[in-house]
Amino acid sequence: MSQALDVAAIKKDFPVLDQVQNGRRLVFLDSAASSQRPVQVIDAMSDFYNTTYANVHRGVYRLAEESTNRYEHARRNVARFIGATNPNEVVFTKNATEAINLVAHSWGRANLRSGDAIVLSILDHHANIVPWQMVAAETGAEIRWIPATADGQLDLSDLDRLLDGAKVLAVTAMSNVTGAITPTDTLVAAAKAAGAVTVLDACQYVPHLPTDVVALGADFVCFSGHKMLGPSGIGVLWAPMELLEAMPPFLGGGGMILNVTVDGFTPDAPPARFEAGTPPITEAIGLSAAIDYLDELGMEAIRAHEVSLTAYAMRKLSAELGDSLRIHGPSEPAQRGGVLSIELEGVHAHDVSQVLDEHAVCVRPGHHCAKPLMKFFGVAATARASFYIYNDESDADALADALVAARDFFAL
Amino acid sequence: MSSLEDLYREIILDHYRNPRNKGELEAPPAHRTEGFNPLCGDEIVLYLSVDGDVVADIKVGGQGCSISQSSASMMSAAVKGKTLDEVQALVLQFKGMMSIHESEIGGDGSETEEGLSGQDGDGSVAAELPLGDLEALRGVVKFPVRIKCATLGWNTLTQAIDEMAESA
Repeated sequence: MSQALDVAAIKKDFPVLDQVQNGRRLVFLDSAASSQRPVQVIDAMSDFYNTTYANVHRGVYRLAEESTNRYEHARRNVARFIGATNPNEVVFTKNATEAINLVAHSWGRANLRSGDAIVLSILDHHANIVPWQMVAAETGAEIRWIPATADGQLDLSDLDRLLDGAKVLAVTAMSNVTGAITPTDTLVAAAKAAGAVTVLDACQYVPHLPTDVVALGADFVCFSGHKMLGPSGIGVLWAPMELLEAMPPFLGGGGMILNVTVDGFTPDAPPARFEAGTPPITEAIGLSAAIDYLDELGMEAIRAHEVSLTAYAMRKLSAELGDSLRIHGPSEPAQRGGVLSIELEGVHAHDVSQVLDEHAVCVRPGHHCAKPLMKFFGVAATARASFYIYNDESDADALADALVAARDFFAL
Repeated sequence: MSSLEDLYREIILDHYRNPRNKGELEAPPAHRTEGFNPLCGDEIVLYLSVDGDVVADIKVGGQGCSISQSSASMMSAAVKGKTLDEVQALVLQFKGMMSIHESEIGGDGSETEEGLSGQDGDGSVAAELPLGDLEALRGVVKFPVRIKCATLGWNTLTQAIDEMAESA
């Protein structure tokens, strides 16, 4: 399992990477926004459409039954992949944002009252902030913030006071800006001690590190398929069955009811209760194929590859660019994921990214949907390069070369 | 690098490095308006002082990329001392320069420098007022994502003028 990744072989599975732009090999460094997907995933979805597709949980004909079987197999595969013991604790959503909204609106509305506290972190993505601000405005709950340290980690020095009287701790497992891996053990234990539920945004975590939701101990874990080689249009909410069973529906419609009369409705049990309407069926098949691909490589090996590549890239960039470069986040690669938020002195992130595009290097400029964190850092935008299984040292070298070109182009 | 140099003309970099009318005005009496590009976080803070019908003074603050900041700098230089009618005309003309060419680029993504120089001939709108330095921003239309950067200051100016008209 833990063999080093054969990146040259992996790259061959990703046709989209095999292209030339401006006479240069395409270097894709934006997997933190959305990863690419291998032919195995594309083929699985294509085969499903060509041979099997029908709506799930409806028809009695063979295609419908097989379609349902495949969809439920995907659910079991996701559950196994994240260490969940009961597949019905896996709820398919449109994306991680919808998964968090589901928790905020269903659990939040049912459990939060005026004066209750919601604890959020300044490191978090807007997806784990705005739903809580919406529910806070509706319920009168108060929002408290876990601050960050200068190197982009959570500042937990005041955690117990922040959690005192809190009902929810909603926090990222790994920052999409600084790459900081948060101390989920400490966070979950402190939340439990305070009587709060923990909602983990694991979008940047599940694709890159071995995940065991039972060991994590969080009450809700949310992630998306498109950041882990799967298609867009599917996300996952995991929560223990007793929590899900106690929650009211979020979206209403077909597929989530036991019975409907002119007087009202009776919701179905989880996970159906939270999957109103036709679900992302083919997307679930694709996500399952993505999980098989990741399993084949081994999550331990993937993590080791990314730590080593991140360490190499940080050394390389700092050697080539010296003091004109700032990389936000922990300096120790073992404490972070393969996400490098870069500031080039005197050059705005948009302009950096434009020059990088000229060099066929794809990075993401902007605030990365984390404006509170950007404000904390005192920057409007960074250029973010992020690594995945198909990246290697040659990609980090291309990034360094392009950054040198950007610095020289805008040299004052 | 030729297409990069189309985008980043020397005059643009000059306005970026040495922004004109940078700063603040006391508000009130000046009118203060903030403009945001929600996609990238760029922001413009505009201070507008109108005397009768004339833009008596304008100051620009905020932070952003070379395109948004230089465009705002050029805009401030272009509208200072102009009547509001002249400013409106200039806004329309600048936005026309952006969107007219945006649609042309949409028809053929392989526009080259040749295509760009060819566009000078179709400047029926551009014939109305001299755009001066602003002409340098023509190259932005080849980079559709950056058009929002170039128009940020102008949209903020429009917003400021509308707000002033409403409160008048």
